[in-house]
Amino acid sequence: MADTPSLEAAASRIPAVLRQLAGPRGPRPRPALSRRNILLYGTLIVLALYYLLPLYVMVVTSLKGMPEIRLGNIFSPPVEITFEPWVKAWSTACTGLNCDGLSRGFWNSVRITVPSVVLSIAIASVNGYALANWRFKGANVFFTILIVGSFIPYQVMIYPLVIILREIGLYGSLWGLVIVHSIFGMPILTLLFRNYFTSIPEELFRAARVDGAGFWGIYFKIMMPMSLPIFVVAVIIQTTGIWNDFLFGVIYTKPASYPMTVQLNNIVNSSQGVKEYNVNMAATILTGVVPLFVYFASGKLFVRGIAAGAVKG
Amino acid sequence: MTDHPQKRPSQLLRNLTAKAASVPMILTAVVVFVGGTVWTIIHSFTSSKLLPRLNFVGLEQYERLWATPRWLVAIKNLAIYGALSLTFSLVIGFMLAALMDQKIRFENTFRTIFLYPFALSFIVTGLVWQWILNPSFGIQGVVRSLGWTSFNFDPLYNADIVIYGLLIAGLWQGTGLVMCLMLAGLRGIDEEIWKAARLDGIPVWKTYLFIVIPMMRPVLITTLVIISSGIVRVYDLVVAQTSGGPGISSEVPAKYVYDYMFLAQNLGQGFAASTMMLITIIVVVVPWAYLQFGRQRRG
Repeated sequence: MADTPSLEAAASRIPAVLRQLAGPRGPRPRPALSRRNILLYGTLIVLALYYLLPLYVMVVTSLKGMPEIRLGNIFSPPVEITFEPWVKAWSTACTGLNCDGLSRGFWNSVRITVPSVVLSIAIASVNGYALANWRFKGANVFFTILIVGSFIPYQVMIYPLVIILREIGLYGSLWGLVIVHSIFGMPILTLLFRNYFTSIPEELFRAARVDGAGFWGIYFKIMMPMSLPIFVVAVIIQTTGIWNDFLFGVIYTKPASYPMTVQLNNIVNSSQGVKEYNVNMAATILTGVVPLFVYFASGKLFVRGIAAGAVKG
Repeated sequence: MTDHPQKRPSQLLRNLTAKAASVPMILTAVVVFVGGTVWTIIHSFTSSKLLPRLNFVGLEQYERLWATPRWLVAIKNLAIYGALSLTFSLVIGFMLAALMDQKIRFENTFRTIFLYPFALSFIVTGLVWQWILNPSFGIQGVVRSLGWTSFNFDPLYNADIVIYGLLIAGLWQGTGLVMCLMLAGLRGIDEEIWKAARLDGIPVWKTYLFIVIPMMRPVLITTLVIISSGIVRVYDLVVAQTSGGPGISSEVPAKYVYDYMFLAQNLGQGFAASTMMLITIIVVVVPWAYLQFGRQRRG
């Protein structure tokens, strides 16, 4: 015999059972404002605000005048919005003797990034294609060296590259830096392309061979048109990576052709003169705009790119 | 495909176009990666100053290196920064991923926000945080102006805690990536496991700690290797945020190498220091590669 409490409990369940029999089934939908949701979204929003804070501070600071910065705090929105810091950062901020602003660095970065992205992707996609479809004896040995080599700290290879570039007369020139970017982008991109081309059905390749297409014919007429997504991913990885580079820029170019990151650092961290924080922040945003644009425009592809870039080997 | 051994042209001529097209890869692998590394290691045993020379002095450069206070500070910083950065990015990245994995709304928006710093360069990151941590106008100044006048938080001007200033910036930049990797790992775990755990009445946190995390081992290890090889390379962040200061208190090995090679014109020291960096990487990567690929071969 069941004792009273459990009977009562059973009785109290009856309405629920009845409801279940009558009404819709499945778990009850959670109310929008349950404790769990408040906690979950509250945490997420606080964290999101923390991650957004530096961007906010940059923008706010860059729109204030210097007197306002000296008085107020960095988090308060500007009382009087001014775009002068932006103009100054872009066209008249000084690095050393040059006072033509960040625009010089911007155009240098464009002149470095565009050929570097094109060349590195051209080389790496052909490498990947050869590795996937035209394996020759020893190809995998070189590929393994390439992948293992991607873990070697750049500092180990910096100086030998200086010597190589000096020997072929490209040290200090823009093209020297383009070659350096192509070299250090090669491991990850080759891996990316090799894996993608391997996933393309072998039959296509064979059919093209039977039709008499050669190495380049198949590459341009079949592989390239079929792999547009992976080319886009590669462009995203390389554009942000090369634009953000600092080390190679400072080593392999001359001051006149320093990329934007190097020039930005020189402007902000120069020890002479009064510090103009608003100009510095405007310059910082200007330097971050290109990769941020690539990031926001590419959406999920960027995530795919870094996932591909992250899972080496 | 049929083989005609007697008619086959010479081995060297087969696949000639593919070989020609692979010349850049072969040159990079052999000349730059292998050649460059060997060259640097060899020259780290010489007394090269302004120009690389082959007058061997044995281990003298290494002895000098380990007797230089600046290098010792750099190594100590790397160890502290590395340990903290590794721990915190794994923990924070995992917690963010776990939060994102609760079937939330606006997942894309949140992911976009957590990941955007990763698109920015270390230079930009360093400069922003230099500004936020500015003692007179930044966090310290703001808190003091709110009434708490004894509040002290100026990592960039205090040699004892400068490394934490770098850490804050580095974590802000890099945790989004860790989150993405972890999220991919979490999504790879079978839904059935969660159902089974719920059925058995195991609390959520226990499920994460004792079931899910051990199952994510491959992702965790890969993430670990990515973070650590990034840590050893830390250079731009320090240059932008502190320039190694105050004094030499935030020096890192990568900066030591650059300064000795290109500013102090003491190449031998630079080569010895970069070889030490290589050894650090080997210590991290080789066990991982052994675990990862050794198992694959056996499995």
